[in-house]
Amino acid sequence: MTDAATVTSEVTDSPGKEPREEREPLLRISDLAIDYRTGRRRWTPAVRGAGLHVAPGEFVSLVGESGSGKTTLVQGALGLLPISARIRAGSIAYSGVDVTGWNDRRMALVRGNYVGFIPQDPNTSLNPVKRIGQQVIEAVRFNDPDAGDAARHREAALESLRTAGLKDAERVFQQYPHELSGGMKQRALIAIALAGKPKIIVADEPTSALDVTVQKVILDHLVGLREELGIGILLVTHDLGVALDRSDRILVMQDGEIVEEGPVGQVLESATNDYTRRLLDAAPARHIGRLEPTSGARPVPAAASAVLEARALTKTYHLRGRGRQRELRALDATGLVVRKGTTHAIVGESGAGKSTLASILAGFTSADSGTVHVGDRELTGLRRGQLREIRRDLQFVFQNPFTSLDPRFTVSKIIAEPLVAFGSVTGKRERTARVVELLKAVALDESYLHRLPSQLSGGQRQRVAIARALALRPEILVLDEAVSSLDVSVQAQILQLLVDLQAEFGLSYVFVTHDLGVVRLISDDVTVMKDGAVVETGPVEQVFRSPRHEYTRELLEAIPGARLAPAGAN
Amino acid sequence: MTAELDTFAAPTRLPGPAAERPAFARSLVSRLGELAHQPILVLSWIIVLVVIGWAVAPGLFTSYGPYTGDTAASFVPPSAEHWFGTDRLGRDLFARSVYGARTTLTATLLAVIIAFGVGMAVGLVAGFAGRVADTVIMRVVDVFLAIPSLLLAMVMVSVLGYSTTNIALAVGISSIASFARVMRAQVLSVVTQDYVKAAYGLGVGRLGVMVKHVVPNSLSSVIALAALEVGTAVLAVASLGFLGYGAPPPEPEWGLLVAEGRDYVAVHPWASIMPGVALAIVVIATHRISTSFRKDHR
Amino acid sequence: MLRYVTLKVGRALFVVWAAFTLTFVLLFVLPVNPVDLLFDPAEINTIPPEVRKQVAENYGFDDPVIVQYLDRLGHALTGDFGNSVQSGRPVTAAILDVLPSTLVLASGALVLALLIAFVIALVATSTRHAWVRNLVEALPSGSVSVPVFLSGILILQIFSFRLSWFPAFGGEGARSLVLPLITLAIPVSGPIAQLLVRSFATEFHSGYVTTSWAKGATRGGIIIRDVFRNASLPAFTIAGITFGNLIAGSVITETVFARKGIGRMTQIAINTLDVPLVQGVVVLVAVSFALINLIVDLIYPLLDPRLRATLAISIPQAATGGLR
Repeated sequence: MTDAATVTSEVTDSPGKEPREEREPLLRISDLAIDYRTGRRRWTPAVRGAGLHVAPGEFVSLVGESGSGKTTLVQGALGLLPISARIRAGSIAYSGVDVTGWNDRRMALVRGNYVGFIPQDPNTSLNPVKRIGQQVIEAVRFNDPDAGDAARHREAALESLRTAGLKDAERVFQQYPHELSGGMKQRALIAIALAGKPKIIVADEPTSALDVTVQKVILDHLVGLREELGIGILLVTHDLGVALDRSDRILVMQDGEIVEEGPVGQVLESATNDYTRRLLDAAPARHIGRLEPTSGARPVPAAASAVLEARALTKTYHLRGRGRQRELRALDATGLVVRKGTTHAIVGESGAGKSTLASILAGFTSADSGTVHVGDRELTGLRRGQLREIRRDLQFVFQNPFTSLDPRFTVSKIIAEPLVAFGSVTGKRERTARVVELLKAVALDESYLHRLPSQLSGGQRQRVAIARALALRPEILVLDEAVSSLDVSVQAQILQLLVDLQAEFGLSYVFVTHDLGVVRLISDDVTVMKDGAVVETGPVEQVFRSPRHEYTRELLEAIPGARLAPAGAN
Repeated sequence: MTAELDTFAAPTRLPGPAAERPAFARSLVSRLGELAHQPILVLSWIIVLVVIGWAVAPGLFTSYGPYTGDTAASFVPPSAEHWFGTDRLGRDLFARSVYGARTTLTATLLAVIIAFGVGMAVGLVAGFAGRVADTVIMRVVDVFLAIPSLLLAMVMVSVLGYSTTNIALAVGISSIASFARVMRAQVLSVVTQDYVKAAYGLGVGRLGVMVKHVVPNSLSSVIALAALEVGTAVLAVASLGFLGYGAPPPEPEWGLLVAEGRDYVAVHPWASIMPGVALAIVVIATHRISTSFRKDHR
Repeated sequence: MLRYVTLKVGRALFVVWAAFTLTFVLLFVLPVNPVDLLFDPAEINTIPPEVRKQVAENYGFDDPVIVQYLDRLGHALTGDFGNSVQSGRPVTAAILDVLPSTLVLASGALVLALLIAFVIALVATSTRHAWVRNLVEALPSGSVSVPVFLSGILILQIFSFRLSWFPAFGGEGARSLVLPLITLAIPVSGPIAQLLVRSFATEFHSGYVTTSWAKGATRGGIIIRDVFRNASLPAFTIAGITFGNLIAGSVITETVFARKGIGRMTQIAINTLDVPLVQGVVVLVAVSFALINLIVDLIYPLLDPRLRATLAISIPQAATGGLR
């Protein structure tokens, strides 16, 4: 215990007492190398000699795509690595105190007390069977040097909730996690992180599970806290836009190494690293207008005829409850017109009804009332056999390429499935030829034919899913968040592919997304939805330049990456 | 099939160089490689294979007969000559265990085939054929689950008559419900997967979706359950044999062997313990193997 | 909420009714000559035909099946399952006679089994040594692999015959209860321990535990304060399986230790084809099973605030299976 006591005093004594603390940053990671066990006596490096530091009052962002090792790096810094991981080399120091290799008991004195942590997914990061208040009080109590009384702990917890921006702290205190919205849960987690009065906060993708407008509020709050409390913040994010908007300094991580480091302005102006420049270029905010097909300028679709038209669609879900019926109106008299050869984006936050709409357009769900026309055929009220005929002309691409491909099917079997189902290409050789042709269309080659989905990356899987959707030569593709689960550089490639395919085959797209930044890159028209109703619809240019509705404006303002936009745009 | 199953389970996070190799070669190599580091699993397979050998060709494993004994050498303790010792009539207990493997394993196999086959079909219909079929089937399954399978099997054997075949039937029928429940749960979760929805979207018919997507993807965990059920069924068959519902006494059945030795347990403990331990080791081995299946298909 | 309770009670009643009907079909309809079942198989050839006829009339075997069924169902509703063929006593009385002894054995074994299971799960979760975890995690699958009759005989051999710590047979006194209790607890603890080990591991690696680490909590504190409650809840979902194991186990345990109880009585009833008694036991078991599941269904939502909330709005698919 005496050992532990000295540790605490070493780490948490107020600045100025020890001269060392003035020189030393709050957190310094040097040449850290972390490996994962991938087999018996086999280790795969996840972090290779990465270093970073955060000074008091500084906002530092660590940017990287999935698999870059950014999360592993912060887990290492907090001593939260899974048992399958080990620190091979390097050191972690808080205010000059080297904590590398400390056991859980000693690290417990650093965590919460000295460094606060905001986790990625607020929905799983709170104990579901405990009230919020109890969970915050624990954070206060663990880090209270002298065992104070319960009333004081309670007061401190409430104070922490208020600091985290929960105005109605007393009520939240009594609530269970499932009673709170995602944004409020994240605030509760911020309160927990603040409860130990830490000097530095590490936030691991704190907003990636939240809607863009909520993300903005939470990030605003973090920035405010930094100024108010003078703490250091280390933000881990995949979103370069967010990092550039908010931080003082940026680190870019790739394959376990820090490849770029510098103040925001410097990185924006003169990024030295190739990868950083590619990331910058891939960011949607970097582009002003629509992507052009690689084959050359695309014919302007002036006054094209409607190829898909939905009118007054209504869909209500019934939830049964204590005798009376509760209703959830997912769609309320929603309409939409898709012009031939163009892209129509449907934008909205979670619960806006956009996925329900896409599902109805694709014939997966039936609407309570309203009509959908594909060309001159009506889709609503069709029987199964007739609906199947429509599928030749209208295909669907799912959000998650990891679940939309049968894990047991090879790529060739996946793409051939619609050909077999419709018997449109007879003969094994002809079918293989068509499959190869489709693979080429999505920029994959024959070597992929016999692979299984588990052997493909996310981007490759989504290409396969697109190839499958194109197999029947449809006119319309409904893309439900088709690029949302992909890394930004892969996302850029898939978007370019979609634009190219559209130019080549004259496809029309319905593009459902929550990301307004992407809309600008690919769409001709856009429909903004909120709570099951259309808020605003029109050509992209017009809606982006002069939004008529308050909500659209709010959404536009919340898009991160304002500093990325080239001068002169918007 | 197994090759595909393996890659399905392979971690997707770390695409190493192995991912470049064709699926079947990768899984075979990695599977053998893993086996080398799991001595207990290897041992379990050896035990099970040896016991299957007992059932197929008992004469290869022992020179004694199962029925003939030397009454002069009754209750000889385990020795080099009589590995498991001898019983009251001087019969070699190891020989009786070896010959008993056929009775017990045949009954087990029959029971598992009944439970697996019928349970899978019932579960598939419940999960795939719509709400009404599901409700009806699951209420019936509830009833079967409400009566512990040993009790149900005992009642059935009492009606059908005492014999090893009837034990197999009874054990099989009383395990149908749990197979049906697992299969149904699997089917229900597979049906909500995007790739099933995608198949409908691509114009694949209901039957096609069921055969190509739902059944193969649901089977894996039911197969793991079947492997587990082998051990459970051996136990159930032996328990019913122990209680005296199986083959009549001269027959060498594992449960019966233990029951026969039980009367002399105070003085000659090996007579019931040796066959019992052999039985337990076989069941432990099948459990270990079924665990390895479950890990593969998770 | 009322709807939910009604639905669950309805299901429980259905299960009991169906179990009664099933045993009726099995025991009274399927056998070619049900009268034969009413006599001891050994004496069957010595029974004169007029006695048979008399008995068949008494039992109503000459009536149409549906009349027999309704008659038996009507009596069963009042708790009358007829008389035991062997003893001639009412089935209900015969069952009530031995029920307490089995209840003591089964509930004691359940408590011991839960204790074993929780200790295994806690040790497996809290240990930092991989070998301890592997060892402890192997115990449950071992305990379900060893047949109850073998573990009973082994325990009997070691603690009674060799060490003479406890009496070998007989049903009276607390000391005679110890060995059967342990014998029965071992197989019952296996599935519970397997489930708990898994759910403790899952919960220990969940997001809110990371939050607690970050708060500065220690390993022990996290296991007690956060993991324990969340990980224990799923144990309720296998209450039915546990009950089945207890019944099956007590049949064997009571036989091995020659203890009086429902299990041994069932075995004897089946050996002597005491049809009314067998039906009585099966229905009793089905009633207990339905009751236990009903209680779990009604209690479970109270323990989980999330379910409490969904219950107020909608009916969960099944409180027992809907969570995980």
